[in-house]
Amino acid sequence: MPVKTLTINGQLVSAREGETILEAARDAGIRIPTLCYLPGLSAHGGCRLCLVEISGSSRLQPACVTKVVEGMEVQTHTERLNAYRRMIVELLFAEGNHVCGVCVANGNCELQDLAAEVGMDHDRFEYLHPNRGLDASHDRFGIDHNRCVLCTRCVRVCDEVEGAHTWDVAGRGANSRVITDLNQPWGESATCTSCGKCFLACPTGAIFRQGSTVAETVRDRSKLEFLVRAREERQWHV
Amino acid sequence: MARLKLATLWLGGCSGCHMSFLDMDDWLIELAGQVDLVYSPLADVKEYPENVDVALVEGAIANDDNLHLIRVVRQRTRTLVSFGDCAVTGNVTALRNPLGLAREVLDRSYLDPGNYRPQLPCEPGIVPVLLDRVQPVHAVVPVDFYLPGCPPPAARIRKVLEALIAGRTPMLDQSDLKFG
Ligand code: SF4
Ligand code: SF4
Ligand code: FES
Repeated sequence: MPVKTLTINGQLVSAREGETILEAARDAGIRIPTLCYLPGLSAHGGCRLCLVEISGSSRLQPACVTKVVEGMEVQTHTERLNAYRRMIVELLFAEGNHVCGVCVANGNCELQDLAAEVGMDHDRFEYLHPNRGLDASHDRFGIDHNRCVLCTRCVRVCDEVEGAHTWDVAGRGANSRVITDLNQPWGESATCTSCGKCFLACPTGAIFRQGSTVAETVRDRSKLEFLVRAREERQWHV
Repeated sequence: MARLKLATLWLGGCSGCHMSFLDMDDWLIELAGQVDLVYSPLADVKEYPENVDVALVEGAIANDDNLHLIRVVRQRTRTLVSFGDCAVTGNVTALRNPLGLAREVLDRSYLDPGNYRPQLPCEPGIVPVLLDRVQPVHAVVPVDFYLPGCPPPAARIRKVLEALIAGRTPMLDQSDLKFG
């Protein structure tokens, strides 16, 4: 397979043709913050946290969907990118209701970790405090839309790995929300197999296990990785 | 050098941040040797004094009392620290905001669940009037430093106080920035 050589933050990196900048960076041990990306699912390119600078281009590119090119010079943590990333995370906090201290996902949340990573010590935007509702009609799981960051990981994992396509996104702009089936209560969904993959994929406390309380969320992502490896590489070793 | 004048305040919060402050255990004795505690829920002082060096403000701005006090505090304080998640983000105190404005929140809390002659609390001059929206401290007055956590662990509070006492700008790294 042809190899491409590029530099990331001045470091020489080689990547396989067709790989994304994100994959090449991860292989080289360089961390680029992500939120909507989850290995094993198709890339969505929606959250923009993985934006990088590429020499010769004035536009910032999302690393999770941009393919490597021979001779590419990539910067992952310039002042401009750091400032934008912090702004994105602040906007996510301001537009939902994130009360980490009383959240099921406290201590086990990618959004909470990102806030620390981008140095968010407070939010400069005005909190919207929406009332987005919660659906607890399912026996085993629930969804609190107030914590949802619309990463669509639940939609993709349900469609691409489970094959049920229970989840989808309805509405536009600030009114967008994830729905089950044709916007029916989750507990009445005819397609949901109760497999729990959406719960495993969700980065925040939006999808939770029934009965769990503050800071009790534990997600075993290796289960998802195992399934994806089994499907893609036909490897079933545990 | 004059001893640092320290104040701590408890606005719209649960006092958990002050509990965590007390969790600094024996370091409190050392702290007492280095600062004058000039105003605090832990001290019997009625008026917020002038020329305070550092104020740790726990809690969000939830009622007219909080609003009045924080303006006085800002005027009379050199370094104002948002102390804990309620001060920094609104946090649990702001959980009422999605329910609506003050009147809707009061109805929901006192009238809807009441079954024996429910009434709204109203004692002008004694019971502070709720603001329509709970806000973080920095939405109301400028804040000099943010100390997140629900509550901030004692070690984190100590780190910030040690820096301020030494006249340095406190720095919190990634592990100390966590909300919740
Ligand atoms: S989902 Fe994450 S960021 Fe949001 S309140 Fe819960 S722990 Fe905090
Ligand atoms: S429910 Fe969770 S996984 Fe689904 S879009 Fe919202 S945050 Fe993402
Ligand atoms: S991780 Fe690339 S856009 Fe979300």
